[in-house]
Amino acid sequence: MQAFSALLRRDLSLALRRRDELLLPLFFMMVTVSLFPLGIGPSSDLLARIAPGVIWIAALLATVVSLDSLFRADYEDGSLEQFMVSGQPLPLLVLAKVLAHWLIAGLPVVLLSPLLALWLNLDVQAWWVMMASLALGTPILSLIGAIGVGLTIGLRRGGQLLSLLVFPLYVPVLIIATAAIMAVLDGLPYVPFLGLLLAGLLTSLTLAPFAAAAALKISLS
Amino acid sequence: MFIHKLGSPPWFYDFAGKCIPWLWAAFAILASVSLYQGLFRVPPDYLQGESFRIIYLHVPAAWMSMMIYALMAVMGFIALVWRIRMMEILAMCSAPIGAAFTLVALVSGSLWGRPTWGTYWVWDARLTSELVLLFLYLGVMGLFSAYDEPRKAARAACLLAIVGVINLPIIHYSVKWWNTLHQGSSIGLSGSSIHPSMLWPLLVMALATKFYYAANLLARARVLLLEQDLRKGWTRKISKIGNSNVSSRVEKRDQ
Repeated sequence: MQAFSALLRRDLSLALRRRDELLLPLFFMMVTVSLFPLGIGPSSDLLARIAPGVIWIAALLATVVSLDSLFRADYEDGSLEQFMVSGQPLPLLVLAKVLAHWLIAGLPVVLLSPLLALWLNLDVQAWWVMMASLALGTPILSLIGAIGVGLTIGLRRGGQLLSLLVFPLYVPVLIIATAAIMAVLDGLPYVPFLGLLLAGLLTSLTLAPFAAAAALKISLS
Repeated sequence: MFIHKLGSPPWFYDFAGKCIPWLWAAFAILASVSLYQGLFRVPPDYLQGESFRIIYLHVPAAWMSMMIYALMAVMGFIALVWRIRMMEILAMCSAPIGAAFTLVALVSGSLWGRPTWGTYWVWDARLTSELVLLFLYLGVMGLFSAYDEPRKAARAACLLAIVGVINLPIIHYSVKWWNTLHQGSSIGLSGSSIHPSMLWPLLVMALATKFYYAANLLARARVLLLEQDLRKGWTRKISKIGNSNVSSRVEKRDQ
């Protein structure tokens, strides 16, 4: 547990030293979302209808783009090997890294989402559900993504392969999260969908660190 | 028991070589019986006409696409837990076959959809989950080919296959449910069960595809084994006994 919090603090303080990099996922997401009205047309009804999907797909893309930094620096300077021989449980260390990564790259996305919802003319009633779905869903993306990063860390050009590996696995999250927002727009109960997301979060929280640790062990063997 | 011997590459190479002709023969006989029955003898469907005959390729391919993914994950699990190299090779050779079956199922399904549904593609739940399955196969194949070291590549891809197989039911049910949420299934398969005379050629074809898979898998595994063990003693011995020109190629590469 001490190792967990030490690693978490180290990663966060490292990230806070390069503050301008913290904003990059946000800019990426803003640019991506702003392309949709330009490509589809400014009709506010249409934009309001596709807003949940657009915001969520932008969150998916932002996650995959930022995932590369999850283990990259530690892989290149050899810290990752030190984690493995440190005698600390590797899944726990992976969990600390994923949590730090989510706080740096995922949480800002959640906080930014009302602005994007405003742009896309999403009904104000749905904002809270949208933020809740992002808060529950983006950690799942980071956790599953950690497995993909673990498998591709040793490759020089792993980025495109990473998206091929993880996007199919993201399908359920995308479906359930957008369904929750759609349910609010249609006046249907949305709590079951958030419950499903929570279930997915708890499942991936318990399983994904082990899979990611196994993937890292294979990659570094 | 002889199963433990299959872990030894020369023994496996020999054994697979003996099995392959029989498996191909079984596939050829069963497939031709099924195709003859299905394409010529079975009467046309009263609703769909002749186009329903694509079922004899489509349904067995779709079944195989799912079965092979599950088998690949099981073999991948065995390979990772007990570190059996032959299992890594078999799991990795399964991926392209499974992907091919998935592609056949998708293409034949969309060709059937054109006369029946009036469109080549609908975001039907089954079509969509089959498409996601194809992406999962492509991920496994892409990861396997991305690494230079064959064993590391196989182990990474095996782990991905296991992760995928855990997710597959979740993906399948979420997609199924997604489709029913967005729109009621506007065009579904006719609910009526298939008449026995139309069904048995389908089941024969389903059996034939199993033999096809086994034959293709063993043939691919032999080739991959030869490629990986190009410089080992047993492959040189084989190349001297057999009429293949492996050893001359190896010598050329060594020069």
